[in-house]
Amino acid sequence: MSPQKRVKDSKAQKRTSQDSDSYKTNLLALKEEDLNDSKCSLKQGQNDPVKDYGHADDEAEDALKRAVRYFEKGPVETSRSRDKTLEKHLKTVENVAWKSGLAPEGIDILLNVALSGKFGNVVNTRILKCMIPTTLISEDSVVKAVSWLCVGKCSGSTKVLFYRWLVAMFDFIDHKEQINLLYGLFFASLEDDALCPYVCHLLYLLTRKENVKPFRVRKLLGLQAKMGMQPHLQALLSLYKFFAPTLISVSLPARKKIYFRNSENLWETALLAVRQRIQGPPPEPVKLMLGPANVHPVKRKWNSYSVIPMLNSSSCSKECGKKGMALSDYLRSNGSFPLEQLKSFPQLLKNIHCLELPSQMGAVLNNSLLLHYINVVKDESILLRLYHWLSQTLQEECIWYKVNDYEHGKEFANLLDTIIRAEYFLQEGFYSCETFLYKSLPLWDGLCCRSQFLQLVSWIPFSSFSEVKPLLFDHLAQLFFISTIYFKCSVLQSLKELLQNWLLWLSTDIHMKPVMDSPLDTTLGGSVNTVSELIDYIGWLSTTAMRLESNNTFLLHFILDFYEKVCDIYINYKLPLVVLFPPGIFYPALLSLDSSILNQLCYIMDRYRKNLTAAKKNELVQKTKSEFNFSTKTYKEFNHYLTVMVGCLWTSKPFQKGLYIDHEVIEKAGVADYKSSLNLVHHPALLSYTVSFLLQEWPEERRVNMSSVRGKKWNWYLDYLFSEGLQGLKLFIRSSIHRSSTPLTREHKPHHQH
Amino acid sequence: MDPYDTPESTPRHGASSRLKDYFIGATPLRKRLESVRKQASFVPTPPRRKIPQCSQLQEDNDPQKFAFLLHKQWTLYSLTPLYKFSYTNLKEYSRLLSAFIAAEKQKGLAVEVGEDFNIKVTFSTLLGMKGTQRDPEAFLVQILSKSQLPSENRGQKVLWTGWFCCVFGDSLLETVPEDFTCVPLFLANGAETNTAIVGTWFQKTFDCHFSSLAINAFNLSWMAAMWTACKMDQYMATTEFLWSVPCSPQSLDISYAIHPEDAKALWDSVHKTPGEVTQEEVDLFMDCLYSHFHRHFKIHLSATRLVRVSTSVASAHTDGKIKILCHKYLIGVLAYLTELAIFQID
Repeated sequence: MSPQKRVKDSKAQKRTSQDSDSYKTNLLALKEEDLNDSKCSLKQGQNDPVKDYGHADDEAEDALKRAVRYFEKGPVETSRSRDKTLEKHLKTVENVAWKSGLAPEGIDILLNVALSGKFGNVVNTRILKCMIPTTLISEDSVVKAVSWLCVGKCSGSTKVLFYRWLVAMFDFIDHKEQINLLYGLFFASLEDDALCPYVCHLLYLLTRKENVKPFRVRKLLGLQAKMGMQPHLQALLSLYKFFAPTLISVSLPARKKIYFRNSENLWETALLAVRQRIQGPPPEPVKLMLGPANVHPVKRKWNSYSVIPMLNSSSCSKECGKKGMALSDYLRSNGSFPLEQLKSFPQLLKNIHCLELPSQMGAVLNNSLLLHYINVVKDESILLRLYHWLSQTLQEECIWYKVNDYEHGKEFANLLDTIIRAEYFLQEGFYSCETFLYKSLPLWDGLCCRSQFLQLVSWIPFSSFSEVKPLLFDHLAQLFFISTIYFKCSVLQSLKELLQNWLLWLSTDIHMKPVMDSPLDTTLGGSVNTVSELIDYIGWLSTTAMRLESNNTFLLHFILDFYEKVCDIYINYKLPLVVLFPPGIFYPALLSLDSSILNQLCYIMDRYRKNLTAAKKNELVQKTKSEFNFSTKTYKEFNHYLTVMVGCLWTSKPFQKGLYIDHEVIEKAGVADYKSSLNLVHHPALLSYTVSFLLQEWPEERRVNMSSVRGKKWNWYLDYLFSEGLQGLKLFIRSSIHRSSTPLTREHKPHHQH
Repeated sequence: MDPYDTPESTPRHGASSRLKDYFIGATPLRKRLESVRKQASFVPTPPRRKIPQCSQLQEDNDPQKFAFLLHKQWTLYSLTPLYKFSYTNLKEYSRLLSAFIAAEKQKGLAVEVGEDFNIKVTFSTLLGMKGTQRDPEAFLVQILSKSQLPSENRGQKVLWTGWFCCVFGDSLLETVPEDFTCVPLFLANGAETNTAIVGTWFQKTFDCHFSSLAINAFNLSWMAAMWTACKMDQYMATTEFLWSVPCSPQSLDISYAIHPEDAKALWDSVHKTPGEVTQEEVDLFMDCLYSHFHRHFKIHLSATRLVRVSTSVASAHTDGKIKILCHKYLIGVLAYLTELAIFQID
């Protein structure tokens, strides 16, 4: 029980170990002073942040030492001078305490003084009020103080104040093992009506599972019967219920009451100061929880306060499931880690083998740590519990099932948002959401919760396309065709995300190959087929949409965004798949009036080229005839597109093959020389660039002569275009067109000719 | 009784070509997904069902055993599988549930488990209330009021009754692992506040989910046909249909009562396949009733909504309320309700 006996294990202890070293010196000095009464000049350790005041500080220290020694000795002088000295020393202690806190040794001594009844009640009160630690309070001091309570030398009000102080300072006590041993003593103090609220609060902080005993439950219930529904009793009882659901049942009112009011805390400002001394300035609160605060004002059926159940690790069903488990066994089994204490990722890692699971699995949606947990856990029943709950909840909350019930619209959207957040967090879709979509998509009006709904679509877990198509995509297509262009764009956007999710999933799974004992080739083939079917389907949707929206540029942007993902599958996801865009997308993009579309097209063509080249190279290296050799059709198609593009942008020989335009039509249009009028200079999307270029370079020219852009000027023009941000074009020209020193109309033959 | 007699359901894509199957494989979750897909892609209800017959299992039992379940109105709920429910712990559940109810009734006041309240909860199994041996045992929960006077110990009043059952629930049982108990059908009689409290306790304790089970007009027509088809020794009630016409200020109800023997005669005239009821037969049966009514009152009942069907076997309301009258066909009625409940929780 000596103050020097310390176990240096806790973090806080380490942090302040240097401080306590200096306290030791301090105390040593104090004793020395006792002996020869000489002025002590020992300086405080340098690490003490508040003691850096130089000489004035030294004086204050000395004064404090004298004061402490005075109280320790007790009153000896005559009453007159005594009052004066007492007041002086009290003031000293108060000043130091409120300014920088007291060392554990100081608190130890003064606490003894206050509770031993050496001085009067007023003095005791004042001493107790300033028992503010610099950083920590030694457990032993508390134990000693409690032993004074039993002697009966202090008044009731002092006892009350002591308990209030103990509750307030609870976090700063260095250990609680021995204090917990006094549990029974504290519990007995509940009998005292004046003490009861504060003792309850202390027990609330102190109670562990092993403290909950049937006889205590009965005692508390007895008190409740005597005093009625008191918030402090309620708090302790509900804590008991949490630890021992088979012993006690309590149902708390909907709105959570504040059990222990903060305003009763006399030391609020002092506590803040102590915390700052320990941790430095308060850090930003760590945002662990995914979900919004549980605010659900709507009174719901079956008295659940929110759609998503609260996190409760009721071990009741689990324990009851074990046949013949005695109550005492149950109370002793504290091997598992209660959920409510799970606050950080390291804690999760440490306790992952013995984590108590929530009684209602749906609660994991609001807790990112538990989402981590269900992500790695192999237990199928956990997923199944979540599946059942989520399917039913979605069905029940879905507002377009309930005719004319749009009241819950916002709540439903919130639920969907929470689910989507969780899916995003896990990077994985829930099966229940997929089945929910099967049922609800055919009934969806395309408006209600649109953004959430389309996001759910993008998180459909990977599965065979042909199987999912009639259940989902066909219904979505119907809405797609009859809705506005904005809806079309959002659908394409979410389908792009779906593709991305599937690709990520596939590409990570391929690397788990060794785990599986079946031949991979067929399965991978099937998966790749499914992805290619999805891309073809979206291609079909896009082509039709382009026709319906008369080649709208805005829409085309979204479509090309999608193909930007598609063209890079081979390189980015290491999947043997290259799917080209359909002509219905390629030609409108090539002939678009918008330069950014043309630029995007060039970029995509360049990426297609790089992917196909990489695939070709791999094939040559591996020389294995796998089923993933790209058909020559893909290369032919690409080469055709490439030829057309080069013809339209570079060689002014557009549509050499495969396109016949009636001469009459051309004459009517007045572009008889159409053949030479389509290249980088004359392309409708780039015309404005040509004009700006000419005006900028030759401002004195009166007439803008477009056909003058050739030879050297052509090169300058190219640089101009690149400098204007047409990076896709730059990449395309760099890779697909080999320019000789005389750069006009030298077409380079595409690489891949079969 | 084979609830999912879908000829189209060939094994899906044989040796599955999906990577995912290697990870999830034929797991319960996967199975559930498959079964939902099956349902979503084909006609939601099977085109044919067997006419309810007295089941072997039930005949072994004392006919009076389940008499207290008859002639009472039950509110129907569907229920997802119970996690870690154990038939050996029924006594413990009684203790916990009664404490829970006591605590709920006096919100905020803690109560000791096992304390003497003025109510008592009992859990008991309803042995034999099942379709196949695989079906889990049905069980009954009752809230009884305890009389204050010790002399009246005998006269415990039943405040609320609820029971859980699964009759021919194979399609669900196949897809759920051992940890779960499948009793997809829950029937309650008594104050709704009590149903809510008991339901909440079950949801919290066994991580399950209750939803009220409404019966749509389509399924009501099926009930009408199947129950009319049942052979009865003696008819106890008239066959009655109730249609609702939505109009303001108050909706109009049309009641249509037929002598049960006439209804049976009509059924026999449309019925072809022995022992079975098909969708065509159901449609034809209802169409005959419609045209008969139209001939007399010039009202097209097909344009209104069927809300209630009563026969000598049972009566059902679209709100999800049922009253079973005939002991003989109890299992048959429950089998169809189980099927509807399973469909809802899929």
